[in-house]
Amino acid sequence: MSALGVVGGIAQPVLIVAGSPLLVGVMRQVRARLEGRAGAGVRQPWRDLRKLLRKETITPRGTSEVFRIAPLLLVATSLVVAVVVPFVTTDSAIDPVADLFAVVALLALGAVALALAGLDTGTAFGGMGASREMTILALVEPTLLVAIFALSVRVGSTNLGAIVSSTLHDPARVLSPASLLAAVALIVVIVAETGRLPVDNPSTHLELTMVHEAMVLEYAGPDLALIELASAMRLSVFLGLLANLFLPWGIATAATPAALVVGVLALVVKVGLLGVVLAAGEVFLAKLRLFRVPELLAGSFLLALLAVAASYFLA
Amino acid sequence: MLRLWRKIRTVGRVAEPAPLPPATDQPPAAAALAGSVQIRHVDAGSCNGCEVEIGSAFGPVYDGERYGARLVASPRHADALLVTGVVTRNMAEPLRRTFEAVPAPKLVVAVGDCARNCGVFAGAYGVAGAVGDIVPVDLEIAGCPPRPEAIVDGLRKLTGR
Repeated sequence: MSALGVVGGIAQPVLIVAGSPLLVGVMRQVRARLEGRAGAGVRQPWRDLRKLLRKETITPRGTSEVFRIAPLLLVATSLVVAVVVPFVTTDSAIDPVADLFAVVALLALGAVALALAGLDTGTAFGGMGASREMTILALVEPTLLVAIFALSVRVGSTNLGAIVSSTLHDPARVLSPASLLAAVALIVVIVAETGRLPVDNPSTHLELTMVHEAMVLEYAGPDLALIELASAMRLSVFLGLLANLFLPWGIATAATPAALVVGVLALVVKVGLLGVVLAAGEVFLAKLRLFRVPELLAGSFLLALLAVAASYFLA
Repeated sequence: MLRLWRKIRTVGRVAEPAPLPPATDQPPAAAALAGSVQIRHVDAGSCNGCEVEIGSAFGPVYDGERYGARLVASPRHADALLVTGVVTRNMAEPLRRTFEAVPAPKLVVAVGDCARNCGVFAGAYGVAGAVGDIVPVDLEIAGCPPRPEAIVDGLRKLTGR
């Protein structure tokens, strides 16, 4: 555990927790402007969270511990990922956890906890949302693993910090076929995993078309605040991962104040730009029919598989 | 896609400039919400006239969302219930249950003349009463149907923005 890793382990979660609701606010604002609306302002998600934290906690009749633990587990796993993944610094506070498989498993654990909570409410929509989320998750996780694995092949390590530093030392790799294929696969997977259009519509009011929202229909007050914060954190974590795997420039490699400031600014700019592009892209997209989603995700898995093949044969 | 982009460019901003904030008679429970009000809409037996106006109050022109109000899909996520129409016999119990499902502090807004005093449907055989007879009402928005400006004005009293 190096000094750089410890600093990163403190700065990253603070930045992600404080910044991810703002990212959601920026994305809503971009969408509002493109629709000709004025928008609620960038700080609106923080206002929503503050209000939700002050509200009454409701435990619906018939729910068990699974329902109560899920929001905590979701926030906790996102927080651990925010600590270990190389966002601001190339070194990690807990290096063994900054592993490709550990990070993907942690993110999947949060999603599974929420799906179980959706089932635990015993409502029709909770179960429906959980089953849809599991269908998507089962297709997304292999792609996520294989796409990042394509990058780790040349590095000879599944440690995310090692992958990021090796890209820093050899920038030409970003334009290799393996890297480009993996990037496209990863973008599709991130859109699906964070519940954005065209896979899921985050602002829908129709229960029948919901995926993520359907699972959290029964949450109220502080529990809902935790879930909304965790969803925002997962979005920033995925966008940060995408940014730093393919464009790691700016990340701090030494524990000097200047390098850390540049690292923080680079992350904010990269994730902010990706968020704006994602929000602007959503204006042009309609939601995909649920039965067409597996086709999209199978396509992205194929790209990820080609990326792995390319990284072996075209290296 | 290019056509849509050109449309976005040429149309620009549709939202009308924000009118002056309403006189400060904010319901006491709304002060705790601090500029963020999630709303669940309940149709208790409306003719859908009020629904059309609520739809345009949250459309691009009046843009109710810019004041911190947002429609949500579940009463558990809501701070306020937006109830339209007279309460029919079949909707009296669902309305009570929806009210119970909302976490405190909670508010009820009666939208339209039917919700306030049964309007033209007063005394009809299927009517259980006005919204105030079933659940406590904090704010009333008059009109048959109320104009989107009136609805947005009412919502701004809740958000205080």
